[in-house]
Amino acid sequence: MEFGRISRRHLLQGGAALTLGSAFGAGGARAADTTIGFIYVGSRDDYGYNQAHAQGAAALKKIAGLKVVEEEKVPETDAVEKTIESMINLDGASLLFPTSFGYYNPHMIKMAKKFPKLRFEHCGGLWSDTDPKNAGSYFGYIDEAQYISGIVAGYTSKSGKIGFVAAKPIPQVLRNINAFALGAKLANPKTTTQVIFTGDWSMPVKEAEATNSLIDQGVDVLTCHVDGPKTMVENAARRGAMVCGYHVNQSPLAPKAYLTGAEWNWEALYPKFVKMIAAGEAIPNFYRGGLKEGVVKTSPYGEAVSAEARKHADEIKAKFLSTEGYSIFKGGLMNNKGKTVIAAGTDRGQKDPELEKMDYLVKGVLGATS
Amino acid sequence: MADGSIGLWTVPLAVFGGAIRVSTPFLFVSLGECITERSGRINLGLEGTLVMGAMSAYGISYLSGSPWLGVIAAGITGALLGALHAGICSLPRVNDIAVGIALMLFGTGLAFYLGKPLIEPTAARLPAIDFGWWSDVPQVRAALRINVLFLIGIALAPVLYWAFRTTRWGLLIRTAGESSDAARAMGYSVLAIRLRATMIGGFLSGIGGSFLSLFYPGSWNEGLSSGQGITAVALVIFARWDPMLCLWASLAFGGAAALGPALQSVGVTSGYHLFNAAPYILTLAIMIITCSPKRTLTGAPAELSITR
Amino acid sequence: MTSDAADPAQAAGVAPAAAPGFLAGLLQRYGTTIEYILIPGAALVGALATFGLFVALFGKNPLDLYFYMYQGAFGTWFSWQNTLTRAAPLILTALCTALPAQLGMVIIGGEGALLIGALSATSVALVMPWAPPLVVQAAMVCAGVIGGGLWITLSGALRQYRGVNETISSLLLVYIGLAVLNHLVEGLMRDPASLNKPSTREIGAANMIGSIPGTDVHWGLVFGLVAALASYILIYHTVFGFSARVAGGNIRAAKIVGLGVNKLILTICFLAGGAAGIAGMIEVAAVQGRTNANLAAGYGFTGILVAFLARHNPLGIIPVAILLGGISASGGLLQRRLGLPDASVLVLQGIIFVFVLASDALYGRISFLKGKS
Repeated sequence: MEFGRISRRHLLQGGAALTLGSAFGAGGARAADTTIGFIYVGSRDDYGYNQAHAQGAAALKKIAGLKVVEEEKVPETDAVEKTIESMINLDGASLLFPTSFGYYNPHMIKMAKKFPKLRFEHCGGLWSDTDPKNAGSYFGYIDEAQYISGIVAGYTSKSGKIGFVAAKPIPQVLRNINAFALGAKLANPKTTTQVIFTGDWSMPVKEAEATNSLIDQGVDVLTCHVDGPKTMVENAARRGAMVCGYHVNQSPLAPKAYLTGAEWNWEALYPKFVKMIAAGEAIPNFYRGGLKEGVVKTSPYGEAVSAEARKHADEIKAKFLSTEGYSIFKGGLMNNKGKTVIAAGTDRGQKDPELEKMDYLVKGVLGATS
Repeated sequence: MADGSIGLWTVPLAVFGGAIRVSTPFLFVSLGECITERSGRINLGLEGTLVMGAMSAYGISYLSGSPWLGVIAAGITGALLGALHAGICSLPRVNDIAVGIALMLFGTGLAFYLGKPLIEPTAARLPAIDFGWWSDVPQVRAALRINVLFLIGIALAPVLYWAFRTTRWGLLIRTAGESSDAARAMGYSVLAIRLRATMIGGFLSGIGGSFLSLFYPGSWNEGLSSGQGITAVALVIFARWDPMLCLWASLAFGGAAALGPALQSVGVTSGYHLFNAAPYILTLAIMIITCSPKRTLTGAPAELSITR
Repeated sequence: MTSDAADPAQAAGVAPAAAPGFLAGLLQRYGTTIEYILIPGAALVGALATFGLFVALFGKNPLDLYFYMYQGAFGTWFSWQNTLTRAAPLILTALCTALPAQLGMVIIGGEGALLIGALSATSVALVMPWAPPLVVQAAMVCAGVIGGGLWITLSGALRQYRGVNETISSLLLVYIGLAVLNHLVEGLMRDPASLNKPSTREIGAANMIGSIPGTDVHWGLVFGLVAALASYILIYHTVFGFSARVAGGNIRAAKIVGLGVNKLILTICFLAGGAAGIAGMIEVAAVQGRTNANLAAGYGFTGILVAFLARHNPLGIIPVAILLGGISASGGLLQRRLGLPDASVLVLQGIIFVFVLASDALYGRISFLKGKS
């Protein structure tokens, strides 16, 4: 009896999805009956990486005719393959967003080959020519926002020492650290940025200890690149240090200490992707963008940010937004071991693939990559 | 020095500060487990209790605005989980180690389940007492901002040491742990004694959890404990069921947790994964050195399943 | 094991007058076996009912819950494959706890053995790129067994020669194993091309073991089934297994009859770790294609649960692993359809574990099974 009721309701749900689909289909036949699956590696309310994606998913939920299904804490094993298949087989998903870096190879690739008619969009910027055409991997040049944060941090620091709590010495993290440090040096050439690696993406006690150690070293402005910046932000603020956020806006956690932050802007990008599909346009397999493309953004300035810092940061931001653009990494750039890593006269624009292999810390950063 | 940095002094200071900041959960869990194990039962589920305590403390503090209510709630939650453990273990033929593993899973799962809406909000934290007023060095002052729970934990160790030796209930617990027949012959219910001992153990572990979420690192999230509860249980064994040794061992563990980040901050950067594993390597090394196959461990309660 | 001999009526072979007929005879004869199915079954039903009540407290319909659990775990052919894929590593890691349990040891370090097994298997595959796939795969199995086996043997040896409690040492070795893996993967063994996800080099597509034909279930399931069957034969049908069970029942008695307890313990620990090591090798050769931090997905810990639920019976492990595989397979559907948090799976596992352990008290106490009704 009860099961009969349930299955009847399923039928009704299925019918509803179809009608909604055709309503949405007015914009273009491709997006008819679209169910979109989001997969997160951690909790979607972690004040960090996963929450940023969940905010993007929430923006899609507001669009009529779209159904969003979500699953969190899916490990980067064959479990994600099964989650993708389950969303396809049981929920009828036709567009999938596996949002964690480690989902791509081999898991998402395998699924993209298995379901050639469906679309897969991965966050991480990993697509290469040999990968399936229905798979895409997008990413944002969040180092641009980090650079702006660095400028604000450089002006705000009184000791000229800035701290960076990082998870692992991998290119994406190193690029953020370097951009932040270069921004700080733009504001005050004497600034040093001290980095501590915790070893993993979510280690609250280690992150808190790293924060305390950095402050003990005289650091008075901190930022981080871990999955959930909450621990760093709260502990630094408690000790009277200033902070720059990461992933999402953490200013509610420490309104007085929060200067600015580098944020993802998935709530702008995801609806854009869906509109592109609805209009029958192809999303580039390798999609990148920075401040100008609206893939990343900076948090509004906190009250502790001086007028001078705001002015300089806004100036650089305007350059990022301009048609000419702005390069963070240009020659002659030395690493912190005294070796030239970008020769004088070379200008590595944001899209330069060399930057994706970054394995050094620039001059002015205290720390080592191994 | 003039620029406010204390250079290489960071390392000993961080280890000292870490011993104060990080040790409290170890201390409470190990003292609680000490009581439980002395009564002849092992509760491996304290990891779950710790996480449950952290979650409930944060939730109650957030809802009521009073962190101390949160601490009490954490204690009560812990005691309830302890009662559950003792209740199941009092059934015939039930293995206490297995029940512990089950409750570790159950406690952690329940805390994650109920704690979902608590990840974002900020709850009222426990206050710190400034013991560093005499120093001009801000780093020293920061290291000496101490929470009352830490002081209670430190005071608890000698009190327990004394209580095990001289008080009636200390003797009863030890009797239940050494020989349940003897306790029964004296007319006491061994199950009732163990029930109370496990509940007290759970109560203390819950409070240890409240320290994690309400003081340091000071917020609720799912990675908060990362095995501290289980390490604390291991710690009791090499502390030989002696509350004073539990205290020293907890301080050492707290210091060890601070070592990795502190070394990096002064430029020792290689092998941080191995430094992060230092507490576990340390525990194993101490157990290898101090254990012996020839005799049962000195101080080991004879009724304890892991030493029999 | 405990109930039948303890019952004097049964031991004496007296048919109670109050229970005549075929059914009574059946109960009399198979009472113990029925008990072994009935009691865990009842515990499972109790646990599911409790979990249903629990979600009802949060305003979810328990019937929806059971429906989606069934649908996600066993409702479709896809769900079955999902379940079996998840069950495969659990069978192997459960053996890591179940085998030492025959000797009365509680080993909970299967996760560490899995990681070390995976690391060893990958290393071997990477140093013999010239060899044909079958040779590489055989070498990987051996390396996985040896790596994982020695890791748990360390716990066994520490217990026998230093008196270190094996439960605690095997758990500490999980954390140490993970640190070793991370250290190597991000250092010595790192593939320079694995930019943002530090990993070892890939073992190569040719060396991957693939899926069972006609399914999406990888060969790990077959490895698991064979290992469970072999363990069952070893424990219940060989002299070695008999000695192990004697030693598990009473170490002193075993010594008196001249069993080499040290050798027994070390061998069993090696086999146990070897099983978890194969699980690690499978994760590399059938799923990931290389070693990285993703391998620490908790299969070793769920395996402990499987072993206890199966009462450490190697054959019992198979259905229990499938059941738990099914629970985790349905977890996603519970999130998506009912809006339950991911931790529901953990809560349910915990409740099942508690119920099954508590039900241990019932063995030999159900009167009608003894033919006394």
